[in-house]
Amino acid sequence: MVNLIIDGVNVQAEEGSTILEVAKFYGINIPTLCHHDELTPYGACRLCTVEVDDGRRTRLVASCLYPVREGIKVKTHSESVMKGRKLILELLIARCPNSKTLQDLASQMGLEQVRFKMENEDCILCGLCVRMCAEQMGSGAIGFVGRGQKREVVTPFHMASEICRNCGACMYVCPVVDLQCRGVKSPGELCNSCLVITPQCLGKYDQVMCTLESCGACVEKERKIV
Amino acid sequence: MRMKKIRTPQELNSLRNSLLKQIDPNKPCVRVCLGTGCRARGSADIMTSFKDEIERQGLEIQVSCKQTGCHGFCERGPVIVIGPKEIFYQKVKLTDVPEIVSKTLLNGEAVDRLLYTDPTGQKALYEHEVPFYKKQTRLVLANNGRIDPTNILDYIAIGGYQALAKATATMSCEEIIDTIEKSGLRGRGGGGFPTGRKWRSCREARGDVKFVIGNGDEGDPGAFSDRSLMEANPHSILEGMVIGAYAIGANQGYLYVRAEYPLALKHLQTAIDQAREYGFLGNNIFNSGFDFDIKINQGGGAFVCGESSALMASIEGMMGEPRAKYIHTVERGLWNKPTNLNNVKTWANVPLIISNGVNWFAKIGTEKSKGTGIFSLVGKVNNTGLVEIQMGTPLKTIIYDIGGGITKGKRFKAVQTGGPSGGCIPEELLDLTVDFEKLTEAGSMMGSGGMIVLDEDTCMVDVARYFLDFLQNESCGKCVPCREGTKRMLEIVTKITRGQAGEKELELLQDLARTVKGFSLCGLGQTAPNTVLSTLRYFRDEYNAHIKDKKCPAGICRDLITYTILEDKCTGCGACLKLCPQQAIDAYGLIHTIDPAKCVRCGICRDACPFQAIAVK
Amino acid sequence: MVENASEYSKVDEIIKDHSYEKSALIMILHEIENLYGYLPAWALKHASEKLNVPMIQVYGVASFYDAFHLTPRGKHLIRVCLGTACYLRGSARVLEAVEKELGIKDGETTSDRKFSLQSVHCVGACALSPVMVVGERYFDKITPTKVRSALKAGAG
Repeated sequence: MVNLIIDGVNVQAEEGSTILEVAKFYGINIPTLCHHDELTPYGACRLCTVEVDDGRRTRLVASCLYPVREGIKVKTHSESVMKGRKLILELLIARCPNSKTLQDLASQMGLEQVRFKMENEDCILCGLCVRMCAEQMGSGAIGFVGRGQKREVVTPFHMASEICRNCGACMYVCPVVDLQCRGVKSPGELCNSCLVITPQCLGKYDQVMCTLESCGACVEKERKIV
Repeated sequence: MRMKKIRTPQELNSLRNSLLKQIDPNKPCVRVCLGTGCRARGSADIMTSFKDEIERQGLEIQVSCKQTGCHGFCERGPVIVIGPKEIFYQKVKLTDVPEIVSKTLLNGEAVDRLLYTDPTGQKALYEHEVPFYKKQTRLVLANNGRIDPTNILDYIAIGGYQALAKATATMSCEEIIDTIEKSGLRGRGGGGFPTGRKWRSCREARGDVKFVIGNGDEGDPGAFSDRSLMEANPHSILEGMVIGAYAIGANQGYLYVRAEYPLALKHLQTAIDQAREYGFLGNNIFNSGFDFDIKINQGGGAFVCGESSALMASIEGMMGEPRAKYIHTVERGLWNKPTNLNNVKTWANVPLIISNGVNWFAKIGTEKSKGTGIFSLVGKVNNTGLVEIQMGTPLKTIIYDIGGGITKGKRFKAVQTGGPSGGCIPEELLDLTVDFEKLTEAGSMMGSGGMIVLDEDTCMVDVARYFLDFLQNESCGKCVPCREGTKRMLEIVTKITRGQAGEKELELLQDLARTVKGFSLCGLGQTAPNTVLSTLRYFRDEYNAHIKDKKCPAGICRDLITYTILEDKCTGCGACLKLCPQQAIDAYGLIHTIDPAKCVRCGICRDACPFQAIAVK
Repeated sequence: MVENASEYSKVDEIIKDHSYEKSALIMILHEIENLYGYLPAWALKHASEKLNVPMIQVYGVASFYDAFHLTPRGKHLIRVCLGTACYLRGSARVLEAVEKELGIKDGETTSDRKFSLQSVHCVGACALSPVMVVGERYFDKITPTKVRSALKAGAG
């Protein structure tokens, strides 16, 4: 067993476990996007970043991958960590505004404004679908292709896969595809007020409403694409 | 084809002695640089010409010619050196060959016009007199211009593989690692991690199968020190790797070389084949019972593969995506086995340290940065080329004494070091002595040795934009801060260069820089904001000019400058009008004017004007 | 490009030369690219089978690295260096000039498949900057006005 301190609390953990696993066990909620308990950790979204003081230096690490070590002091919600998580989420929402999961995270973190030019992607490249298909479904029909801005999750040659069994596991595990917002439909439905930089409901209510229950205020606003 | 392998230090010595006996130290020999730079200027033809000329005149007994790798003074290529006096000729043309043969090789006379002349008119006859070389301390690069890289016998003649013999015959693995540790050698790939400590961790890691890797990926644009070393002295790298593998307990090595370096690949493969022939690679090296061999892996063209975990993924046949290194690669690297990765320059230092001893190395350099540093000195400097200096040499010495100062008599503005991961060092820090710590303190880093000199005509905001653009393109795309963060940083810096940004964007830029630096998965993302941060630190006024005044003081950012034709200089020759792709130039009689509405500031007119009559504001 | 038995056997030879090692994938792709000027889909599928490497991994590797191309390229490859030293000496304008001259953008191939244009970051000849390489031929200190003649000389 390894002894360490998380958020000021002395805890014990089995050797080989990650900070994220230990934090979860002790009820400390570290936000994640690319993590799933049944899949190998990936460390790509960086939301789970925490501060670790290992006695020699303090640095920021991905808690989903960092193995616990004797005597480390971990801070899961320090100011620098919170600031960074918020900006990472802002970057993600700028890319995929129509995601309930991201919007929920945003309201948790108090993110109210996206300062970047908005895009309209469907994928945050978390790789959960890729790992799900390979590790849990034993297929490996989809994967990452391309580098940097051109990175995407596709099938070989962008063509219909010969090995995909249409099991739907990839969609099941996707944090973005779930509850897609498809534009103004009728009052009460999830709207695309997220495409407007400042959610309209913040003046009226003290949090972004469409993550809970649509207030309908944005239905009257003209859709502005920046 | 050699039948018997070299199995003992005595056999190596007797081979060396017999080779030395065959060499007449007084026989004139012309050594032609066949490094990539000089080759691009036709030195291969010059080499052939020398060979032919010597044959034609039947002079093989009196004189000889030899091909070598990069001599380092690339600005003046094609370069040749004529032994034994070491007469240095630069900018040699094919047509000069017969004269060199008759005058210099046969009669020992210099061909004046081929000598290096400094700006004051002083000529240098011998290589060591050339200012570019005078203040250098060439240890790792010492033999670059002396040996034929395709002939192992040249390497053996100058003492090659003696260090390997010494290590395997007289030192224990522990002693070897101890020596490297005490010498203070630090990684020359950029990180500057203590090499001995890395070796020790790998040796102590659990596992029977271990690997060593030589990183020759050199992705930094503007850096070519690895290339030169691999082309010119491949055996020095191999020897280092064998010694290291022996000490660590690895039986397989890999050399990862960029595909963009075909000559380096060729020479390394030749060297490996020859080393195998002579028994320096393979089974039972020097009768020690130690087996070791090296394979070459080519890169596929991705800067990120210079990062150790991405490089290993690449060797494993996958995309070059880095992974978290909370468990170091010395414990779990290639195929999850303990792996020791070092830059090729680091490996090349090893035989020197083993041969000459700890104290010899520790005397060179500064307290925390021992030995020499190798830098590709390029940009707006007169003597561009490859420089090796003692750690602790002032930047000023490198740029002015060795580099010969700024081209066209312009003013120095900054020197960019460490490649895209580094930063810019301004004029007020020119006295800075070059070592790992000092460069990092100044907001830059040693990196792989790129040293790019910038003059007054450089826009520092544009430089930041350039590097961000490069890193954006090279990002593997795996982690959010790097992929999305550098994209948004580039958007903002581009807006700044277009005069479309305000203070708010600058704040956002700094927020992004902090997050990308702290939260990225690997070194690429973690250092991506460095150029922005260092230019903001030292050249804030230029950013302010772009943001507040919507002006580019250096006259580079196209949206913020105008071209005007100076009436007093324009002769009405019309050269500009003919070439303008936007038809933005009008002529009223002899007077030519540029229509600012049509002009895109492409610069073609400025190039064409023989009177420098087009000014930038 | 018609795939027939002899083309498959060429690819087989390459893979055999590398002892069917999965880790040699990148080198194998280099050789296929050298042979055909790009990576044909059938060759990638064949490599995936012979090496027993998942198709998605082969495709991923083919898409990740700059050296590999999934569409046919031109007869003459033009590389304009945008490395730092070359960029500072104005190579971006050289790239523009080539784009204009050939009517294609960076990364594209002319419709007659004569030229492919690729900007690269550093060919390691920084003292010769700005550098443009056409095929195997280096043109040093290249300027926008010299582009046309260099292209003719390189292709000729």
